[in-house]
Amino acid sequence: MTSNQEPTKGQKPQIVDRVVIRFAGDSGDGIQISGNQFTMTSALAGNDLATLPDFPAEIRAPLGTRAGVSGFQIQFSSKDIHTPGDEPDVLVAMNPAALVVNLKSVKRGGILVLNTGNFKELDLKKAKLETNPLDDGSLEGYRVIPVDVNARVKEALADSPLSAKGKERCKNFYTLGLMYWLYSRPLEPTLDWLADKFKKNPDLVEANQTALRAGYNAGDIHEIFNGQYEVPKTSSLPPGTYRNVVGNHAVAMGLVAGARLAGLKLVLGSYPITPASTVLELLANYKEHGITTIQAEDEIAAICAAIGAAYGGALGVTATSGPGMALKTEAIGLAVAVELPLVVLNVQRAGPSTGLPTKVEQSDLFQAVWGRNGDTPVPVVAIASASDAFEVTVEACRLAVQYMTPVILLSDNFIANGAQPWLLPDMDSLPKFPVNFKTTPDDRDIYSRDENGARPWIIPGTPELMYRIGGLERDQKGNVSGDPENHQAMSHARDEKIRGIAKKLPTPEVQGEQQGDLLMLGWGSTIGSLTRCYEKATEKGHKVGRIHLRHIWPMAPGLDEIFARYKTILVPELNMGQLVVLLRSEYPQHKFVSLTKVSGQPFLTSEIDAEVDRLLA
Amino acid sequence: MTTTDKPKLTRKDFQSDQDIRWCPGCGDYAILATVQKYLASIEADPANTVVVSGIGCSSRFPYYMNTYGFHTIHGRAPAVAMGLKVANPDLDIWLVTGDGDSMSIGGNHLIHVLRRNLNITILMFNNEIYGLTKGQYSPTSPLGTRKKTTPMGSVDRPFNPLQLALGSQATFVARTVDSDPKHMAKVIAAAHKHKGTSFVEILQNCVIFNKDFYSDSMDRSVRADRTVDLWPGEPMVYGKERDKGLKLNGFEIEGCSASDADVWNPSTRSSAPGVLLSGITDIDGMPMPMGIFRDVEALVYDEAVAAQVNASIPESGPPPLKDLVWGGETWEV
Repeated sequence: MTSNQEPTKGQKPQIVDRVVIRFAGDSGDGIQISGNQFTMTSALAGNDLATLPDFPAEIRAPLGTRAGVSGFQIQFSSKDIHTPGDEPDVLVAMNPAALVVNLKSVKRGGILVLNTGNFKELDLKKAKLETNPLDDGSLEGYRVIPVDVNARVKEALADSPLSAKGKERCKNFYTLGLMYWLYSRPLEPTLDWLADKFKKNPDLVEANQTALRAGYNAGDIHEIFNGQYEVPKTSSLPPGTYRNVVGNHAVAMGLVAGARLAGLKLVLGSYPITPASTVLELLANYKEHGITTIQAEDEIAAICAAIGAAYGGALGVTATSGPGMALKTEAIGLAVAVELPLVVLNVQRAGPSTGLPTKVEQSDLFQAVWGRNGDTPVPVVAIASASDAFEVTVEACRLAVQYMTPVILLSDNFIANGAQPWLLPDMDSLPKFPVNFKTTPDDRDIYSRDENGARPWIIPGTPELMYRIGGLERDQKGNVSGDPENHQAMSHARDEKIRGIAKKLPTPEVQGEQQGDLLMLGWGSTIGSLTRCYEKATEKGHKVGRIHLRHIWPMAPGLDEIFARYKTILVPELNMGQLVVLLRSEYPQHKFVSLTKVSGQPFLTSEIDAEVDRLLA
Repeated sequence: MTTTDKPKLTRKDFQSDQDIRWCPGCGDYAILATVQKYLASIEADPANTVVVSGIGCSSRFPYYMNTYGFHTIHGRAPAVAMGLKVANPDLDIWLVTGDGDSMSIGGNHLIHVLRRNLNITILMFNNEIYGLTKGQYSPTSPLGTRKKTTPMGSVDRPFNPLQLALGSQATFVARTVDSDPKHMAKVIAAAHKHKGTSFVEILQNCVIFNKDFYSDSMDRSVRADRTVDLWPGEPMVYGKERDKGLKLNGFEIEGCSASDADVWNPSTRSSAPGVLLSGITDIDGMPMPMGIFRDVEALVYDEAVAAQVNASIPESGPPPLKDLVWGGETWEV
């Protein structure tokens, strides 16, 4: 919030331009549902927003423990925003564990809505607290709003036929109702959602709707807060039609679109893995679009099925995360060798090994660019945000079929689960890239190449064009060849094909100063933090530019000239410094400064601001 | 024959122009010839035929076939075949693999393709040895096999490929041998006719690293007395004089006179008879069973996948992309 002033009782809501709320509680408390509902309602109210769901890898960790705390942070604003926010203005904590885990990030003077019904001795013990934060002074400097949510929900649902346990499950809607009142939000979108979600169980609809209204009315009648706030509609977003979207959903839609624009069937081979599984789940429900999904027996089978489908003339896709990518490595090499199109989605999570399955990292960049045996070039494109995901996914499909190559599409956990308003594309203006299978015999070889360096795509079933492909090195005609000169020539052809992609890529635009002391360079999901930091640096009067790389390999043309115009190029990444190594090897004449973070959390803008200030001091 | 008749196909129509690089005397030659002759005999369309293979001597097979072919990576051919068949269900897909490729590195994919019942024909060349890596024991080598990596004899019990397949709910399981082209031809024909995954173990002689490993049962001089051909509806009778038989007695297979032999039925509700018969090889005096161990119908994966997708697509075709992308709650700015 830009104002720390309290609104005045009985007055009109106080207008603020941005608010950060974090909902926190047990994994089973319905925190993600509350967060998603607040997100949807804020989107429909016309705010710009960004969200950060933050949940443990365990499905239901022991109740009330610190390990079991699930969180959902949303920033919503009447202005253009780019991140879920550094510090929550409001923390809604359903138990002591949720309070202690999240308190350190809450803004000083911020609001703590605490469910005192869960602050009993046993609850404190589960959270490993010696004293009760409600009265030990540890919350001094915050505005504490104690509400016994358990008791209030029980009263509100006295007439409901639900069991005691069933009633208790409605408490997330009570706190959501409180927040709706505090920020002057309408109840209708969530009331409608509940009516649809539980349409088979009217008692559940009734109870949850009652809890939501009770929470809202408590704010209104009992004057729990001093007054209301309001975050007006944003006017800075470009005009158009918007929907709210999370990254994996946008990727799934992008894959359907990519296949349609190429005129191909889509076959997804996938094996469930966090945080990529929802792509498989979503596409399994898009059968009316002609989508075929295979839940394979393992990661290797998943990609091999996609390769088989590509051989058969479909757009083959596989979706996974880092550990799954490791298993798919050999098969990606096969797709490079036989030159078949394939889209390999890696929704990155923190590694190494199993790592932090539900946390964000960008540490699979080396793996994507280099992680195969042999000289095995593969194009790599990276999604920046949920609202960018559709377009980049279509781009990956395009590269795959136009260059007859596997393409690695990088996303990450933050993009996958984070929500954003998405300015919907004009579907009629999406450029088509129809595939022409080779169907008639001519004197061109199987590994003859078109202007992109791509070989013709011939699918089994085509009369008179029978040919064999495989992972053994082959000559122009596709026959196995151990000839040294042939291997040299084929290696060069594969390399030139992928490097050649760069020739047709646009040079990324620099935001802000076109030359000067500092260029901020980002890739992937750090775009929001970088954009905000760029704005803050500009507000301070610094002469800085900002650039974002969508194409990680090969890199777009014109970067060398851009880099030459700045004294220093700052490269913040959520890894130990991977893109920066690639940049230093490709553009050794420029000065790159690496800023890294590997905590499983996105950058706070303050962390990048500090580095910018240091570099410009 | 009138002039408009298509000329009859011959084996030559299925031979590619590539020089075959298997060792002279290798059993693979006989298998290749049998498959080519079979495809010619049924007037198969070479353009609609695909051979998918993994890695190993056997897996060079596609290069020698004038059909479509995909020499994939070690053990993964069933997964590639699955994607290919799902994308293109009309193709006639043959999967050629070996004991190392399918029983070892690709074991997971093999059991899953069998349980899914993908409509393909699997030919598993079993020579009980790693040939292409020059002679290490394989997961089908008998206990005590002394090879380069087992100087004191192998101590890991081998798989029985038929029992592995039966345990994976395979709907067609058979065994034949490279040195008996006639038997091989009739088994391959039966396997190809079966709808669903057909699993055929072909005992195959590696003349370099495991020469004549199967001679005790398969030599022409002893074959009649030491093997029994399991054929649907036929009594389980064997011997030069056709005087010996097999019958089920409770939970065991027993030897008996030809007149007491049971009639073989590979389509019983339980796969247990096939499991029992495939296990008698190791019992003194019992013959090596060949032929068809299992032949039943079950849901076919690729058909079921296609049926779900086809049933979901509206008659007017897939809905416009805009319905998908612009669906859900939207608002104007």
